[in-house]
Amino acid sequence: MNIHEYQGKELLRRYGVAVLDGHVAWTAEEAAAAAKKLPGPVYVVKSQIHAGGRGAGRFKEDPNGKGGVRVVKSIEDVRAAAEAMIGKTLVTKQTGPQGKVVSRVYVEDGCDIKRELYLGLLVDRTTSRVLIMASTEGGMEIEEVAANHPEKILKVAVDPASGISGFHARKLAFGLGLEGKQVASFTKFVTAIYNAFLELDCAIVEINPLVVTGAGEIVALDAKVSFDDSALFRHKDLEALRDESEMDPKELDATKHDLNYVALDGEIGCMVNGAGLAMATMDIIKLYGSSPANFLDVGGTANAARVTEAFRIITSDANVKAILVNIFGGIAKCDMIATGIVEASKNLSLKVPLVVRLEGTNVELGKKILAESGLAIIAADNLADAAQKVVAAVKKG
Amino acid sequence: MAVLVDKNTRVMTQGFTGAQGTFHASQGIAYGSTYVGGTTPGKGGTMHPELNLPVFNTVAECVHATKANASVIYVPAPFAADAILEAIDAEVPLIICITEGIPVLDMVKVKRALQGSKSLLVGPNCPGVITPDACKIGIMPGHIHRRGSVGIVSRSGTLTYEAVAQTTAAGLGQSTCVGIGGDPVKGLDFIDVLEMFLKDDETKSIIMIGEIGGEAEVVGAEFLRKENFGPGKPNKPVVGFIAGATAPPGRRMGHAGAVISGGKDTAEAKMAAMAEAGIRVADSPSSLGSTMVKALAR
Repeated sequence: MNIHEYQGKELLRRYGVAVLDGHVAWTAEEAAAAAKKLPGPVYVVKSQIHAGGRGAGRFKEDPNGKGGVRVVKSIEDVRAAAEAMIGKTLVTKQTGPQGKVVSRVYVEDGCDIKRELYLGLLVDRTTSRVLIMASTEGGMEIEEVAANHPEKILKVAVDPASGISGFHARKLAFGLGLEGKQVASFTKFVTAIYNAFLELDCAIVEINPLVVTGAGEIVALDAKVSFDDSALFRHKDLEALRDESEMDPKELDATKHDLNYVALDGEIGCMVNGAGLAMATMDIIKLYGSSPANFLDVGGTANAARVTEAFRIITSDANVKAILVNIFGGIAKCDMIATGIVEASKNLSLKVPLVVRLEGTNVELGKKILAESGLAIIAADNLADAAQKVVAAVKKG
Repeated sequence: MAVLVDKNTRVMTQGFTGAQGTFHASQGIAYGSTYVGGTTPGKGGTMHPELNLPVFNTVAECVHATKANASVIYVPAPFAADAILEAIDAEVPLIICITEGIPVLDMVKVKRALQGSKSLLVGPNCPGVITPDACKIGIMPGHIHRRGSVGIVSRSGTLTYEAVAQTTAAGLGQSTCVGIGGDPVKGLDFIDVLEMFLKDDETKSIIMIGEIGGEAEVVGAEFLRKENFGPGKPNKPVVGFIAGATAPPGRRMGHAGAVISGGKDTAEAKMAAMAEAGIRVADSPSSLGSTMVKALAR
């Protein structure tokens, strides 16, 4: 789960991570009022969306205007900047061409920036540990730095048994060329952010840029915080930070029914059990010359009700011209799935061709239920057969 | 000979009296595997009402009384890491965790506890391990398997079934199938299972099925290039497949570990690394069996 910058900073502040003072605002008036609470004379007004590249991004309504992050020098200019952002659609490198609507801005204190650095924390698969990465190339996209100058990324992996220690931070600090009191400030920062990462069950925390101020303090200028969805059960308070407007409505709908769904832009709706098989089904559709409209894993405990919900979500996508159901029953039993397909087809009065491939547990029973239903279902014998039949159905339609 | 599990494997179940533990233990027993008991804390001293096997409060007691040498875990995600740690503490040689959705930082601690321990872990978020006609531990449908010569290692459950069905249909059968699971932090990885398959006489060929995300397939391919292919090496034919060629970057495709985050963890990059190492990459998930037949005919 992703959250907004201002929410991330508020959480990190509680763990002693140095962030600037700031307030969230939903209207231009609130933004001006927020600015009055700050010392000034420099303010930063920042669009709050779940995507990076906001500063270089442009608003659809004003493509030649300024970006989604603006540095201003008066309360009036804070109001004007907020006015130009709220309710408008910001397009950045990460939003895609459709952009994201800005519903709120963060009004933050200005900062005397001496250096811009990068700091990121994540769980590293190779070491199976929390990895802290730092780079002198602050403000750049870290993927680009990793690709072009891997030597500029410093890494330390923390042993979970002994936890974070001073040397981890010092290793990074000296590698970044920090000196004097900056080292102590950085050590305090890294220790605090590591503790926040563990206690909040984060998946990624990225501070880009992390700045060294003129006074030698280390401060987070931006904060990207995302949580491990599997751990949210022990952080009920974090649920309140979820911004549903940032999610695809079909994906949000699917989440509420415990279905694993990712919207894509193709024409064949897919319903599959198991994540690997679901991906492979998308791949084989592409191989035969069409493209998948979605990834959907109905999971191992699929029953009639879940199948119905899955069909409803798939068919709510206007791009879907045919549906492919691919089930290899292990825990999921083919007869249960078949019953679900029959009920869903009747309830939703399906209008697009439906290709079904069943295999595994109770497959004969499942095939019998489909055959006796009288529904116009195209049966397939294996994965390749199913993919060819569904692609043919789309081309014909 | 097979790997990891065989006729001598004595299986206990953690989360024994729950719906999942009960159902899959009964399936394993029906398949002919040796299931000896299990744990449900608080129900120790009773007999499982359906399976007529002893229930214990702790793994250590169960191992002591039943001589179990493998434990399968169906405990719900919030308590699953604790269950794995208990099995490590009881020195169970093989731990197989089926549970999906364990917090990744819990697995970071588990992975640390495995270092220097007497246990191997398979999973979590996996279908389990099966040696056909000998021992079935996990949630895979037993009837699609045939005892044979192909070793299968996979990150995905249902895609493993696909490889099993195709190798059964091709008349090859399987030596052992190991589902290593779809999580980013896990027990055995490709390289560990591939090493076992190379040493196993019964395994004449290997299918490895990966996904987008991470570098484990590339590491596994590199291992095979050095240890399998070349003069004086086993030269067992290997067929590979990577799911997720059409997945968009940055989106998690169901499995916690299936997300493209850098340049090297795409399906394309992994398939290229496999091909370069000498692995025959199947162009479609439905041609795993036929690609293996071709590889064996060479």
